[in-house]
Amino acid sequence: METEVKKAQGTMVSAENPDITAPADWQPVIMGILCNWCSYAGSDLTGTSRIQYPPNIRIIRVPCSSRVDPWFIIKSLQTAADGVLISGCHPGDCHYISGNYYARRRFLVTKKLLNFIGYHENRVQFSWVSAAEGPKFAKVVAKVTEDIKQLGPLHRYKKENF
Amino acid sequence: MARVGVFVCFCGANIADFIDVPAVVEEAKKVKEVKVSVLYKYMCSDPGQQMIRDAIIQNRLTSVVVAACSPRMHEKTFRKALSDAGMNPYLLEVANIREHSSWVHQKDKKAATEKANDLIRMAIAKSIANEQLHEISVPVTKRALVIGGGIAGIQAALDIADARIPVTLVEKSPSIGGRMAQLDETFPTLDCSQCILTPKMVDVASHPYIELIPYAEVIELDGYVGNYKAKIKKKASYVNFDTCTGCGACTQKCPVKVPNEFNMNIDKRKAIYTPFPQAVPNKPVIDAEHCTMLLKGKCGICAKVCEKGSIDYKMVDEVIEREIGAVVVATGYDLWDPKPYEEYGVGRYKDIITSLEFERMVSASGPTNGVPLRPSDGKVPKNVVFIKCIGSRDEAKGIEYCSKICCMYTAKHAILLHHKVHDSHAYIFYMDIRAAGKGYEEFVKRAQVETAATYLRGRVSKIYKKGDKLMVRGEDAQIGQVVEVEADLVVLATAVIAPHENPALARLLGISYDKYGYLSEAHPKLRPVETAKAGIFLAGCTQAPKDIPDTVAQASACAAKVCGLFAGDTLKKDPMISTISNEFCSGCLNCVKVCPYQAIVTEEIPLGHGSKELRTVAKINEGVCQGCGSCVAICRSMAISLAGFTDPQIINEIVAI
Ligand SMILES: Cc1cc2nc3c(=O)[nH]c(=O)nc-3n(C[C@H](O)[C@H](O)[C@H](O)COP(=O)(O)OP(=O)(O)OC[C@H]3O[C@@H](n4cnc5c(N)ncnc54)[C@H](O)[C@@H]3O)c2cc1C
Ligand code: SF4
Ligand code: SF4
Repeated sequence: METEVKKAQGTMVSAENPDITAPADWQPVIMGILCNWCSYAGSDLTGTSRIQYPPNIRIIRVPCSSRVDPWFIIKSLQTAADGVLISGCHPGDCHYISGNYYARRRFLVTKKLLNFIGYHENRVQFSWVSAAEGPKFAKVVAKVTEDIKQLGPLHRYKKENF
Repeated sequence: MARVGVFVCFCGANIADFIDVPAVVEEAKKVKEVKVSVLYKYMCSDPGQQMIRDAIIQNRLTSVVVAACSPRMHEKTFRKALSDAGMNPYLLEVANIREHSSWVHQKDKKAATEKANDLIRMAIAKSIANEQLHEISVPVTKRALVIGGGIAGIQAALDIADARIPVTLVEKSPSIGGRMAQLDETFPTLDCSQCILTPKMVDVASHPYIELIPYAEVIELDGYVGNYKAKIKKKASYVNFDTCTGCGACTQKCPVKVPNEFNMNIDKRKAIYTPFPQAVPNKPVIDAEHCTMLLKGKCGICAKVCEKGSIDYKMVDEVIEREIGAVVVATGYDLWDPKPYEEYGVGRYKDIITSLEFERMVSASGPTNGVPLRPSDGKVPKNVVFIKCIGSRDEAKGIEYCSKICCMYTAKHAILLHHKVHDSHAYIFYMDIRAAGKGYEEFVKRAQVETAATYLRGRVSKIYKKGDKLMVRGEDAQIGQVVEVEADLVVLATAVIAPHENPALARLLGISYDKYGYLSEAHPKLRPVETAKAGIFLAGCTQAPKDIPDTVAQASACAAKVCGLFAGDTLKKDPMISTISNEFCSGCLNCVKVCPYQAIVTEEIPLGHGSKELRTVAKINEGVCQGCGSCVAICRSMAISLAGFTDPQIINEIVAI
């Protein structure tokens, strides 16, 4: 009820905890962790093609999506990020043969854990973007940004918040 | 404490128009480790780099952040600027504020500037955790191993050896030559296969840089690029090749007759045999499965007739080792067994043969002296029906792909039939005629015009027997009618398939193969002869069906790759690879399972200081590791560190925002 009122007044309310709110012009921070060979190259192509997308994402480059430790996701959510995007090569296209398959499996498990402790489904997302998919990268970022805006600010599971 | 220099680039207007660069420079100064933060029009230009070099020296910087275009663009340039200033090049980090900000947020300067600030803060934080890294150099053993002695293996071996690099050529069968040795004349020029192949075979045998090991197989391969060790099993031939002169007395006198696989079992060979007259090496071997002396201890004739005393019934398999730096795999192809074509009466009707059987018959040195004969009654056939795409492009019974060579060799067979039996007629049932290649379309025309072969577009639905003829019923799609052809002989162009041993071989070599068993290239377009494993290359049909010109081209390409690899005394390698700390490794070996390159091995180390008891830990072979980081993320003990992308570096980036 209270949430509805706040929302009606234009306040952003966290999907996980109605006590966490932000003003109407609140902008989420999204952490993007991209593999060097496909998704990072794809994001570069978005740039060279001057395709515009929301400015909320901050990008970290890793050699392969399989380098992504669940710790990185959790750490991001603990500090500044309201959402995380992991992106790798398409299945079968991994520069390192099979790394992206490990990444996907590890990601699914991590996501289950995050859901279990109360994070919304869409806080952390995974995508396949190839080095040729500049337009797709822009679309993915736009979608993730929109999803996170819908979810509102994040309740951070940090010692000081309990 | 760390002393970081930040260098922000305008990139002309590319960055400056959409990001408030002076504000970004000031913002960077707020980070306490930053000792210098400056801007310049074009950081990548000479004066820009000079600026970086000077600042490094003046401020005794411990790491450098360049905020400019993507690191995929100029990381190398800026790394060089660092080394020129006497700094380790890996202390550089690039903040990508062009592709990731100024170019993609052109309508919101404030947001683009904020994002640039964050990206620079992240790069500063990461750079503080950067470590000095040094290019790895691995020694190379300059010897190549070629597996398979068909035309692919022969060509690769000769080209490599001509560059004065020693080659070990391992061939499974008693002679090199492969399938090409079985062919009569070859499309599209109809030159005789033996005439162009045998000189190359002889060159292989006499080349001072080639060690030919026939009748042998590779059974183990250890190591990594430049440093492989191969175990080769030499099968017992029961003939001492060193003393045997190849006179042939033994093969003449041997009483045991066995179907001759070289001639597609059309005639017989002996239990001691050389596969064909021009075999290289021209020494016989005893087929242990059929020799009565080896099976039952009865006979011994060959030993009696051999003047050199070269026969040794007690000979056993021998395993030898070779150290090599690179491998060329050229194990060729097999042919599909058309048994599933029951409606054709395959197996029931003797006068249905395969194209390779036909090829042996029309070969001047073949079992029928160059004349095709009906297996049923030994008569010369007049009407011959050729059916293409047997098993190829046939998902239901065979395989999905096109075998690539059958259109061409069937046209060739129509021509050869006409040459050998002047009053004959060839009918060819086909789905498509695929004749892409230099002189290929013209060659098919030649079959159609010169020899008046009848091309019928359509599938054959049934073959049945009528008297001593075979009635071939099929569809002629061009006139939309069912046609029946009375045939004396039917020839099936069976699909090319991968050797059935390829998957086992691939596992042994640590390379991958596709769903058909063909060995996989690293990239279908840009790296067609390399495998994903450094130092292992592919030539010929083992990678995909292809004809002789393509096979030879690919083999020469492999040779060029091997020569390139061996050009220096050491191989340079990116230092961004993983290492395991013994102290933290619990020996769970999860990392061994995930490494896509089998770079991780085990090692026994003392349990504690000076302890006699041992424990197992994982160890990464720096020559093999490609630096993907799979193992780092799987390690629960956090024992693995990937240089350039360590946990502290990435966590620093995350917490910098
Ligand atoms: C009926 C027919 C007619 C053809 N006519 C023509 C033609 O006219 N013109 C043309 O250009 N092409 C023709 N071809 C295609 C030609 O045969 C191939 O392009 C060529 O033989 C491919 O050579 P390769 O070396 O890759 O394979 P292969 O000739 O198959 O040689 C592979 C070699 O590797 C050896 N080997 C296999 N496994 C191992 C192992 N594990 N260890 C060691 N050695 C091993 C084999 O014993 C063999 O010697 C024809 C093919 C057929 C079926
Ligand atoms: S995963 Fe870690 S702990 Fe397990 S063997 Fe590998 S390095 Fe050692
Ligand atoms: S970083 Fe990748 S290639 Fe290197 S050892 Fe680990 S899993 Fe293997």
